[in-house]
Amino acid sequence: MARIIGGIGTSHIPLVGAIVDRGLADSAQWKPFFDSYQPIRRWLAEQRPAVAIVVYNDHGADFFLDKMPTFALGLADSYPPADEGWGIRPLPALPGDPELSWHLAESLIEQEFDLTLCQELRVDHGLLVPMNLLWGSAQSWPVRIVPLQVNVLLHPIPTAARCLKLGQALGRAVASFPQDYKVVIVGTGGMSHQLHGARGGHTNPHFDNNFLEQLDRDPAGLAKLSRRELMAEAGAEGVELIMWLIMRGALDRATQLHRSYYGPVSVTAAGSILFANG
Amino acid sequence: MSERYDGIPGTYVFDQSMARAGYELNKMAFALARKENREAFARDEDEFLARYALTPAQRQAVKERNWLRLIELGGNIYYIYKLTAAVKPIPMSELVARQRGLDQEALMREIAERDQAWRG
Repeated sequence: MARIIGGIGTSHIPLVGAIVDRGLADSAQWKPFFDSYQPIRRWLAEQRPAVAIVVYNDHGADFFLDKMPTFALGLADSYPPADEGWGIRPLPALPGDPELSWHLAESLIEQEFDLTLCQELRVDHGLLVPMNLLWGSAQSWPVRIVPLQVNVLLHPIPTAARCLKLGQALGRAVASFPQDYKVVIVGTGGMSHQLHGARGGHTNPHFDNNFLEQLDRDPAGLAKLSRRELMAEAGAEGVELIMWLIMRGALDRATQLHRSYYGPVSVTAAGSILFANG
Repeated sequence: MSERYDGIPGTYVFDQSMARAGYELNKMAFALARKENREAFARDEDEFLARYALTPAQRQAVKERNWLRLIELGGNIYYIYKLTAAVKPIPMSELVARQRGLDQEALMREIAERDQAWRG
C-alpha cells in the first residue's frame, strides 16, 4: 500500500526561480536562503519518495478567470513549465504518475470532494519553485509528481477548514492505493505578503511564526481562521497559506523534524517546515 | 451568511466587484503570457488594446503605466504583473514599490526593518 512518509510546507516566491536560472543559488546573497532547505533536502535524499503530491496555485499561467476551478487535480503523464510572461524557464517537464492521479480522483470524489480533472496542465512558479528548492535544478527530476491546484485568486476561495478536510481525505486516498509507494506531500505558498494596493509590502513575522507553531500542534485551530482574518494578518496574497493546511491534513501522525523562518525574499516572508508521518 | 472581505485598509480583495469590473482588463493581460501577444503589444499597443473591451479609464491607466490605478479598476495583481513584463520586465518588488510611490530600496528596507524588529 502507498503511504505518506512526510509533509513539507514551503514558500514559492517567483524570484527564487530567476535566481536558480541565473546560477546565483550559491552566491553570497542567496546561499543562506538555499541552505535553509538543506535539512529537508537531506531528509528527501535519505527517504527517496517515489511521488510528490504538490499543492500549489496557478498565478494566471494556465487558468484564467473565465473558468476557475476551486480544486483541480493533474492526471497527466508530464507537466511542462508554463510561460508566465517572461518566456519558458529552461527546466525539463515534470514526470507525472497518472495511475496514482486517477486513483486519487476516484477516491476523493467518492469522499465527496468534487475536483476538476486535468489531463493537461502547464505549471508555473507555484509548483516549479518548490521543486527547485527541494530537488535542485534537475536535468531529470528524481520524483514523479501529482499537482493539486487550488484557487486562491478569485474570491470566494475555499476556506481553511475545507482545505484541512481535503488534506484528510487525500491522506485516506493515498493509503488506499494498492502499490507500495512512498509519497511526500508538499503544501506551498506564503508566508505573509501583499503585492497590491497601498498595503503592498505588508509582512507579519509574528503571525508567520505562530502559524508554523500552530501548524505543528493545532492545525484544527488554524483551520478556524476566516479568509478575512488570514488576509488581514498575512496580507491579501498571504492567504495562500491555506494550502499548507491541505498538506498538514494529509498527515495522521506528524512529527516535526525541521522548521525555518528565513524572513523576506523579495517582498514575501519565506519559511519552510518538514514533518515525518507515521 | 457569506463572509465579507472589505475593511482591510489599502487592499482590493479580488472578489466579485473586482472580477466583474476587471474582466476584460485581466483577459488582455492574461493574453500577454503568450509570446505572439507580447510581440503584438510591442508592435502596436493601441491595436492590441483595441482587441479588448477596456473602459476608457482602464485604457488610459494602461497607457500611463499607472499600476495602482489598474488595480483599483479591477486588475488582478498576477495578471497586471504580466502586463509589466510586456512593457518592461521588472521584479515584483519594483511593482509593489511603484504602487506605493516608493523606490524599491525604500520598500525593501521597510520590510527588512520589520523583520529585524520582530527578531529583536
